[in-house]
This record gives sequence, structure tokens and C-alpha cells, in this order.
Amino acid sequence: MASTTDTAHTEQVAEGGVRRRDFIEIAATAAAGTGAIFVLIPLVSQMAPSKDVLAESTTELDISAIEPGQAVKAVFRKQPVFVRNLTPEEMTAAEAVDVGDLRDPQTLAERTKPGKENILVTMGVCTHLGCVPLGAGEGEVKGEFGGYFCPCHGSHYDTAARIRKGPAPTNLVVPDYEFTSDTTIVIG
Amino acid sequence: MSFPWAKQYEPTNAVTKFLDEKLPLPRLVYNAVGAGYPVPRNLSYAWNFGVLAGFCLVLQIVTGVILAMHYAANAGVAFDSVEHIMRDVNWGWLMRYAHANGASAFFVVVYLHIFRGFFYSSYKAPREMIWLIGVTIFLLMMATAFMGYVLPWGQMSFWGAKVITGLFGAIPLVGEPLQIWLLGGYAPDNAALNRFFSLHFLLPFVIAGVVILHIWALHIPGSSNPTGVEVKTESDTVPFHPYYTAKDGFGLAVFLVIYCAFVFFMPNALGHPDNYIPANPLSTPAHIVPEWYFWPFYAILRAFTFDFILPAKLWGVLAMFAAILVWFFLPWLDKSPVRSGHYRPLFRKFFWVLVADMALLFYLGGAAAEEPYVMLSQIATAYYFLHFLVILPIISSIERPEPLPFSITEAVLGADDKAALPAGSAA
Ligand code: HEM
Repeated sequence: MASTTDTAHTEQVAEGGVRRRDFIEIAATAAAGTGAIFVLIPLVSQMAPSKDVLAESTTELDISAIEPGQAVKAVFRKQPVFVRNLTPEEMTAAEAVDVGDLRDPQTLAERTKPGKENILVTMGVCTHLGCVPLGAGEGEVKGEFGGYFCPCHGSHYDTAARIRKGPAPTNLVVPDYEFTSDTTIVIG
Repeated sequence: MSFPWAKQYEPTNAVTKFLDEKLPLPRLVYNAVGAGYPVPRNLSYAWNFGVLAGFCLVLQIVTGVILAMHYAANAGVAFDSVEHIMRDVNWGWLMRYAHANGASAFFVVVYLHIFRGFFYSSYKAPREMIWLIGVTIFLLMMATAFMGYVLPWGQMSFWGAKVITGLFGAIPLVGEPLQIWLLGGYAPDNAALNRFFSLHFLLPFVIAGVVILHIWALHIPGSSNPTGVEVKTESDTVPFHPYYTAKDGFGLAVFLVIYCAFVFFMPNALGHPDNYIPANPLSTPAHIVPEWYFWPFYAILRAFTFDFILPAKLWGVLAMFAAILVWFFLPWLDKSPVRSGHYRPLFRKFFWVLVADMALLFYLGGAAAEEPYVMLSQIATAYYFLHFLVILPIISSIERPEPLPFSITEAVLGADDKAALPAGSAA
């Protein structure tokens, strides 16, 4: 069907022994493929948190009213945060534990700020499957170790909110926060 | 389904053999857009627009599904949720501009696809069904685009919804209750916005289904071609892949350059600034016009200003719908046995007059509702119907077509060995 002159032209071989058509085919496919990969970036990242959600990601909290032995629940990134003012007994109980025996070894000091070891700030999100543990509210069950207890699947946390018994893999997460004054913290 | 010389799919390894026995999807692709689908060897770029329309449909579905992840169809927050997409959502501006300009691109491509059909009389036997399905797709596209334009709930959205549903109010007796039923109220509000969103999400998938029928119907006779002479032998065709995958791919690249120029450098050029004003049921914008792709039909709607047996309003609505419905009858209005406009000297001239008439209607539909535009709309509308209902049937009976080539091969190469035998070679 194709005339002979036509075939001769397209079969032309360049100096490097590369057929003109093969070169064009590979170049065009590569360009289209690269373009398609770049198009994926917006298609995927549009699902990540939007600017207004990111703007909600710090929480300022006045902790002056929390008496020793009390805890408050705050909200950080639409999730509960527990801020607990530990009593001296609770602190001693937490420090008395042999860190080596823990599932997720951490000391109380590592989970608090220097000089403010009595203020324990953790996410109120069980590290097992995300339920809110009990123990922060007045009169709630605190579990076998006097800290928090997750009713969904029975994880027990101690007074430093470390996992001691039950299915949760790690301690309650301590979010990034800092003291901006003696009585205010900023989370996030 | 295909020509007898079509190459047969041969599964080469265990996996493709397994698939071919259980669910022959690779075979389907091979026979539809692969080396197993022989296509006339002389297709011009006018045959590129179907693939481009398919690309636009996919583009609209992908960007639309993404927009729906961030949009809220509630009259109280819809406008703000669109601004949220523009400002807060990662790449939200790109998704929205890609979708809005994608709609325009889709219509550009489909209008060109339709005019290709007019010039090459692609609607004639054996391709009537492809054409009928095509006109149905066009109607579905118009409904989808209209409802999509309502969603941002700006001034143009609101008044567009009011005016277009008002068209149904023109129908005698049932008109007004029908309009109230369509809107779920006396004016567009939450109920209307929610149903429009629901249907705007649904219809593109309906269109996708109908496109499958369109292509199924196309693959029975196969594509026509610039000569309009049907395929006779293998030398008239080339396999779709790699010949037309490459040609369509190049066309797609050119299309994307133009499309991206709009999306990135003039994203609002085709939109209307009033739609960035939140919907206000108490104040109509000074100059309300639909999106550009509705302009010819909008001009026809407004051309009827006087009562004649029926009220003017009803005439306008009937004429507007008739302007598209008349396309359904094209295969039977144009009786000439010759397809391609290249061989029809008289038809060719009137084709270009129709193009000019449609261009004028485009312009008039976007112009203000005052003189001289109203009178020009009336003349252009009259000619439009004259073309399809009177001129076309007359041409096809009096015209003397130019000699056709014996075959596609002859048209391309200047000679076809097989042409020497039959008497038809005198052509
Ligand atoms: C979503 C919209 C549409 C898609 C995706 C689509 C797709 C296609 C494709 C892929 C082809 C084959 C390639 C080509 O000839 O360009 C085709 C052919 C055709 N289409 Fe469409 N189409 C659409 C809308 C329409 C409309 C609105 C009409 C007419 C009103 C139409 C009428 C035709 C005809 C008559 C052919 C056969 C042309 C020939 O072989 O000469 N299509 N379409």
C-alpha cells in the first residue's frame, strides 16, 4: 500500500543507528508520561488538609485554674487534648516504674517540660484505634494504673499516660506545645 | 463489525491468554482502538474531534468529582464553598478553572465535531444511528452544562436558573405548575440547587454510557472519510494503532496547548464577572446572558417578539428546541447520495452560508436585547430553519455532484490497480 519512496524515507537511519520513528515515538511517549505524572500532583494533594484546616491547627490554653489531681479537655485539630495537673503522689507513682518494663519506654520527665513536670499534656486519642479514653473528667474511671482507661478495647494508661495493659501499641501522644507564660500553653 | 482483513488479537503469554478466555478486555481494546481496527487511510484532522470530545468528558468527570469533594450544595453556603475551593483547597483554583474552561473546551470541540458532520454529511446512511445518538449527547451536554453553571450560586447562576426554568412556564396550561415543580419552589432556592447538583453529578455518567453506544454504532460501518467513498479493500485502510493513536495524540497535544493557555492565563475570559456576586433574588443583573455555547439558541429564543396565533413566548421556546431537534431529521432531509462536501459544489456554498448564519446567531445571542440585534436575530433565525427545511432538500434534488474517485486508495495515491476493471473507473 505505502509507496516505496515513502517507506525509504521513514526507514531512514540516523548516524547513531537510531531509526527516526523510534526516536520520535520514545520522545513523545516520555514527554506525555512525564506530563501525566505532574498532573497527578494536584489531583492527589487536593485531598490533603486545606489552608483553613491548617489555620485551625494551634490551640492556646490557660491552665491556671487546673488544681492538682484535676484534668481538662481541650480541642486541638478537632481532637481532644488532655491537660492534667498531677498530684505529688501521681508523679511518684509514675517515676517509680522501671522504664525498661514498659511497652513504650519513656520517663515522666521525657513526657513533660523541665520545671513543669506536674503538667501532663497528651492527646485524648487512644493509640489503639482512636477512641477517647476516660479519666480526664470528674468521676470517670481511671483504669488499673490511675491514669486513663479506654473503654473501647480496654487499654489502661498510667499517671504519665503510658500504656500499661491492653491492646494499644504506644503511650498517649504528647503533642508539640510550649509554655508562653507560667500559666498558658500553646499547642501545635 | 469490522472489515474481514482486520488483524486478529493473539494473546502472547499465560496472563493475557487467561484474561482472553475469562474476560476478553484486551481483545476489546485491540479491536476498538488498537491494531485490530482498520480505519480509512485518508482521515483528516476533522476526524480528531471525537477523540478530543472523549478526552474532555474524562477531564470534566475527573475535575468535577474532585470539586464535589469540596463543594457544598446548600443555598446558604454554596457561594462561599466555591470561594473556599479557590482560596483554601490545595490546587482548588486549578481544579475549578480546569472544570469551567473544560466545559467551554468540550463545547468548542463538539461544535467542530458536529460541523464536520454537516460538511461531510456523516449523518447519512449507514451512519444515521451514530448521528441520532450524537444529537442526544448534545442535548444531555446542554442540560448538564446549564445545571453546572447554577452551582456557584452567583448572580448569573441564580438568574440563569430562573430564566431557563421560565422557558417551561411558556407551555400552555401546565407551564407554571411545571416550572414550580422543576424548582421545588416559586424561585430558585435550596431545593432547586440540591436537585441541580444531584443531576449535574449524574448526567456526565449517563453521557459516558451514551458515548459508548455512539462508538459501538460507529464501529459497525466504521468511520466515513473526506472523500465520502466507502472503504472497498484493505489498501483503503490502515490500522488504528499506531496510525491514528499517533495522529489523534498530536491533535490532543495541540488542543492541550490552547486549553492550558486559557486555564492558566485567562481563566475568566469566557465567564461572566457578575457570577462573582452572590445570588440576590431581589435584583436582576443589568445584562443577563447564558454561557457562550448557548448563544445561538438564546438568539433564536429571543427572536420571537410578536404573538402569532400562539403567544410570542411560546414560539421562542418551541423554535429554540426545534433548532436542535431539526438535526434529528437531517439524514432524511438531505437525500443526495454523495456524502462529502468536497464533491458537492452547491451544497458546499450553502454549508458556508450556514456557518456564517450560525456565527451571526452566536454573536447576536451574546448581544443586548435591543435593535438592531433583535431584527438581525429574526432574519438569522428564519434563514437557519430555511437552510435545513427548504434549501437542503432542494439542493440534494437539483445538484450535479462532481466526479468521485473510484476509491480512497485512488484519491490518495492517484491510482488504484483494482479500479481498471469496473466501469465505475470512468469517474
Ligand atoms: C461527548 C460527546 C461526543 C463524543 C465523546 C463523541 C465521540 C466520537 C468519536 C470518538 C468518533 C470517531 C472519531 C471521529 O469521527 O471524530 C465520533 C464520530 C461521530 N460522531 Fe461523535 N462524539 C460526541 C458527540 C457527537 C455529537 C453531538 C454528534 C452529532 C450531533 C456526533 C456525531 C458523530 C458522527 C456522525 C460520527 C461519525 C463521523 C464519520 O465517521 O464521518 N458526535 N464521535
